[in-house]
Amino acid sequence: MATATFQIWRGTRESGEFKDYTTPISDGMVVLDAVHQIQAEQANDLAVRWNCKAGKCGSCSAEINGMPKLMCMTRLNQIPLDKPVRIEPMKTFPLIRDLVTDVSWNFEVKKTIRKFKPRKPDAPDGSWRMSQADVDRPQEFRKCIECFLCQDVCHVLRDHHMHGEFIGPRFMIYTAQLEMNPIDADDRLPDLRKSQGIGLCNITKCCTKVCPESIHITDNGIIPLKERVVDRFFDPLGRLFRKFGG
Amino acid sequence: MPQIDVPLVQGRFGATSRPATWWIQPLAVFLGLGAFIVYSTWAAYQGAFYRFGPYLSPMYSPELFGSAQAWFGPKPAWFPAFLPFSAAFLILWAPGGFRVTCYYYRGAYYKAFWADPPNCAVGEPRKTYWGERTFPLIIQNIHRYFMYLAVIFIGLLSKDAWDGFMNWPDGFHVNIGSLVLLVNVVLLACYTFGCHSLRHLIGGIKDVMSGSPVRKKAYDCVSCLNARHMRFAWFSLFWVGFTDFYVRMCAMSIWHDWRLF
Ligand code: SF4
Ligand code: SF4
Ligand code: FES
Ligand code: FES
Repeated sequence: MATATFQIWRGTRESGEFKDYTTPISDGMVVLDAVHQIQAEQANDLAVRWNCKAGKCGSCSAEINGMPKLMCMTRLNQIPLDKPVRIEPMKTFPLIRDLVTDVSWNFEVKKTIRKFKPRKPDAPDGSWRMSQADVDRPQEFRKCIECFLCQDVCHVLRDHHMHGEFIGPRFMIYTAQLEMNPIDADDRLPDLRKSQGIGLCNITKCCTKVCPESIHITDNGIIPLKERVVDRFFDPLGRLFRKFGG
Repeated sequence: MPQIDVPLVQGRFGATSRPATWWIQPLAVFLGLGAFIVYSTWAAYQGAFYRFGPYLSPMYSPELFGSAQAWFGPKPAWFPAFLPFSAAFLILWAPGGFRVTCYYYRGAYYKAFWADPPNCAVGEPRKTYWGERTFPLIIQNIHRYFMYLAVIFIGLLSKDAWDGFMNWPDGFHVNIGSLVLLVNVVLLACYTFGCHSLRHLIGGIKDVMSGSPVRKKAYDCVSCLNARHMRFAWFSLFWVGFTDFYVRMCAMSIWHDWRLF
């Protein structure tokens, strides 16, 4: 029977090391299956977080051969098995143990974003009217499963640890989803520019590359927001034009 | 904004668990852009061999001052003698500035020329980071102004392409060079009309577009080109260089500009 070797990070915040586990593999297996098999047969105390095994809960985020990925959506036939497959926890968040990190910073960030604030209802019964063509844009961002792989790969957080100044790609598109919503009436541009640090993103698109939902984070979310921030704060001619041209 | 109170691991420069080939892509970008910068600087310095028949090299278009066919005649007397003169210097800053501040190129050269990051999930050489939030890179926000100029350039280069077919002494020709100039303006238009700033201006600025079908259609067209922006950025970059080279080779009588019909 075919086998493969997995090099899994074992340890806590204070200390740890990679350990090799060789396990039988079969057709259709994903990395999470192999990790579960190792947990069942060789390392009962291996900490790994998962829920759906269907790429929808966003719990099983890890780094596989150096790239942030969902373990449940990475099939073994997509990765070379002639060398050990390296599996390690996300680097941008504090490690709890083995493959499990503490992603609660993300939930704290989410609380700082101004909530959805609808304009006055369009109809006397208190309802609104909107067309599908206008909600297509924000709907792309609703596909997000909050796996935080984009946050993990973003160098502003990963290498520069600017967690206090930058909300990260996940919350850029969350903000975009609210800002582009046709019935939302709030204004998030001053926050984006100042406390949420949109200027720190240098559009290197790693977030887009790792998103398991294939959301165009940079092209459809961050850059359009950057353009709106430019409108408001960095385009004197445009402002003049809008003032007099209507 | 919430901070993380646990010290995170600081990766070294180049530290990664990615396969050892991660540097190929940024190196390819470095060589591609580097080669273009070297060639275009050299070509701009030449100040000669940029016209052949009805063709004008895109690196010299529009020709404001320079040859007898220039808009305002030969090199002006007031031009400071200590500065090197070339018709290209007078205009290249506009398309150059457009490319330098382009969202796609920014992302690409921050990686390839500044290792910020060297590639995704690869450790960086520097600890400090300012991004585009402060001076100097906050200046990148000027991009939309270059975009306005770039749209005008598409008009001018279309005229050049038209002349490449129509402006022969004996009327209409189709030569290889005519096609080279035509492909040039088509690729440049696909690049320019896929610009993120244009996409914003033409529709992205609005949350509701369904009420204005023309705006919606224009936005969809720009979005379609925008999705291929990287591809057109490279194709058009290569072709601008090649078009200059083609005109130059013909003007130097090294290549023959074949007539097709
Ligand atoms: S594009 Fe911006 S948000 Fe996305 S990974 Fe790069 S720096 Fe981070
Ligand atoms: S945007 Fe994509 S990568 Fe980021 S959290 Fe959502 S699903 Fe995950
Ligand atoms: S287990 Fe739910 S996304 Fe992988
Ligand atoms: S974004 Fe690339 S040209 Fe404007």
